[in-house]
Amino acid sequence: MLEISNLKCRIGDTEILRGLSLSVKAGEVHAIMGPNGSGKSTLAQVIAGHESYVVTGGTVTYKGGDLLNLAPEERAREGIFLGFQYPVEIAGVNNAYLLKAAVNAKRKHQGLGEIDAFEFLKLAREKMAMLGMDPKFLNRGVNEGFSGGEKKRNEILQMAMLEPSLAILDETDSGLDIDALKSVAEGVNTLRKPDRAIVLVTHYQRLLDYIEPDHVHVLSEGRIIRSGDRTLALELEEKGYDWVRKAARA
Amino acid sequence: MSSENLESLVNRRYEHGFVTDIATESLPPGLNEGVVRAISKRKDEPEFMLEWRLQAYRQWLEMIEPKWAHVHYPPIKFNEISYYAAPKSDDDRPKSLAEVDPKLLETYEKLGIPLHERAKLAGVAVDAVFDSVSVATTFKGKLADAGVIFCSFSEAVREHPELVRKYLGSVVPRRDNFYAALNSAVFSDGSFVYIPKGVRCPMELSTYFRINAANTGQFERTLIIADEGSHVSYLEGCTAPMRDENQLHAAVVELVALEGAEIKYSTVQNWYPGDENGVGGIYNFVTKRGDCRGDNSKISWTQVETGSAITWKYPSCLLRGENSVGEFYSVAVANNMQQADTGTKMIHIGANTRSTIVSKGISAGKAQNAYRGLVKVMPQAHGARNHTQCDSLLIGKECGAHTFPYMEIKNPSARIEHEATTSKISADQLFYCRQRGLSEEDAVNMIVNGFCKDVFKQLPMEFAVEAQALLNVSLEGAVG
Repeated sequence: MLEISNLKCRIGDTEILRGLSLSVKAGEVHAIMGPNGSGKSTLAQVIAGHESYVVTGGTVTYKGGDLLNLAPEERAREGIFLGFQYPVEIAGVNNAYLLKAAVNAKRKHQGLGEIDAFEFLKLAREKMAMLGMDPKFLNRGVNEGFSGGEKKRNEILQMAMLEPSLAILDETDSGLDIDALKSVAEGVNTLRKPDRAIVLVTHYQRLLDYIEPDHVHVLSEGRIIRSGDRTLALELEEKGYDWVRKAARA
Repeated sequence: MSSENLESLVNRRYEHGFVTDIATESLPPGLNEGVVRAISKRKDEPEFMLEWRLQAYRQWLEMIEPKWAHVHYPPIKFNEISYYAAPKSDDDRPKSLAEVDPKLLETYEKLGIPLHERAKLAGVAVDAVFDSVSVATTFKGKLADAGVIFCSFSEAVREHPELVRKYLGSVVPRRDNFYAALNSAVFSDGSFVYIPKGVRCPMELSTYFRINAANTGQFERTLIIADEGSHVSYLEGCTAPMRDENQLHAAVVELVALEGAEIKYSTVQNWYPGDENGVGGIYNFVTKRGDCRGDNSKISWTQVETGSAITWKYPSCLLRGENSVGEFYSVAVANNMQQADTGTKMIHIGANTRSTIVSKGISAGKAQNAYRGLVKVMPQAHGARNHTQCDSLLIGKECGAHTFPYMEIKNPSARIEHEATTSKISADQLFYCRQRGLSEEDAVNMIVNGFCKDVFKQLPMEFAVEAQALLNVSLEGAVG
């Protein structure tokens, strides 16, 4: 689904990704871990097409095509979803309105007809029930006055509605208490499907207690320095990032 | 030109019979008593109207141009303006929509303007416009049955002089301000509405107006009187882009609401704003005021302002009657080089009067957008209440938003609330929306419409939809 090869990028004069390679197949869950400043969030933003990051080398192939040529909205319509670490507030814009516009933008791209307000509400209520969310959510401004947990849950609702092929969840666990973490993780688990890939970007291994990854990668200074299975995350938790970094240098 | 020359000019035209020729000739530039007389004569006005104009002209001569607004423009040369521009003859107009600038038609399309209105708006010769005549006739019958008078101002001066005489200038006196005095002297035409006692006007006075009131000229004059217990909703202007050779527009609108009457006045203003460099746009200097003269009366202003190079306008309410209510809902958009200084005045005079102000200012490009509002509570206005909500939205880095609230409270029982916010469409918001599959333009439109929704919901339904589309067109290319 996603092939990243020797990707290099910078923001301003600072080089952040320095030759990163990663391969993600449909149905897989990957966890990207690493210390602060290692480039985890940058990777998520570059895949989504944030224009502040300049790609200076390497390739990214998505579903067999060149991803880097596409505008952010085209990537989204092609099925790439980014769950933001800090979802922005958009005052005055109804949550349901954005969600409906997003769903219809994607449907239009796929050559399907737009769904009307009734169909939309029915679908949204279904997904919210599945995620254990209060339907009142829909009538509030986008992330306006939401708690940290509500914002993250709203991201998962959007993901459920948009049914992406590739979902990248950036620090979805940050700022959540244990109950909120559990419910967000449950939401993600219900969205695991054989034709969908999920990339979890996380600082701590505790999220992985609830969402079990197939692959774990450690990112440091803009490169993946170690990959393994679920046990790598546990080992990291025990020995810290310095251990991998030293091992990688050796 | 001296007044003698002008007199002879007027007289010479008489030789050709004054009906047709008068309608097709413009007066040469310049302003003096002779010009005022000539305008009045052409309109076949009664003596009192001419006297009224002349007094206004003499008062205007003694006044000076106001400079306090937060707008900048080169000095206006009042003697280079022609004060009577005749309507274009049918020979100069396009014969069908096929002859109209395709760009204009494209804009109509985007705005969702009904097909049968497009030809009229594009200035196609009247004969070529089917539908509109029969539609107008139907409306006219319906209004006449209800006893509603709705006609051009010139017609009202001739047909209903007693009403004009009683109410004209009773809300905006001739010498109220420089531009109001100028308008009073030379006003070209406009609309007149009278709703009799206890009558609820059977339709929005909008559809009719849009089809019939093209070419009202640069000095428009509107007078609406709602007699006791009556109700009327009036919509002025249209979303279609309006061009005019006259750069200066100085209109006066007077509303009178008697006991228990209600007037809802909505404006959608889309005058030509000039090009990206601000060249050629309209100056829109308007005086609009409503007088809640009777107890329990209500006047509500709703405006969507997207056009003009410079807008200078403060629809106001005099809350004289006890328990009377004034409302002002406004969306003002300024893009490129546009300048807007707009707001309202709520003057609380009667006891238990209430007012609400909701102002939404949007600035983009290099535009400057100012809200200027006065809330005044007079000593006898016990229990007066006002709530003001004043929000600004900035798009891009080079524009400006300014808020100038004035409050003069002379009664200790008054309750006044003022809330203000300034926000910006951020790159993060746009990226968030694009990541969800929306184009940048759709994202901007969505955010802007969300910002304006409190005002849009005050507009008559079909216009709310058009106003929304208009905003989207006005802000095209504002980001990026």
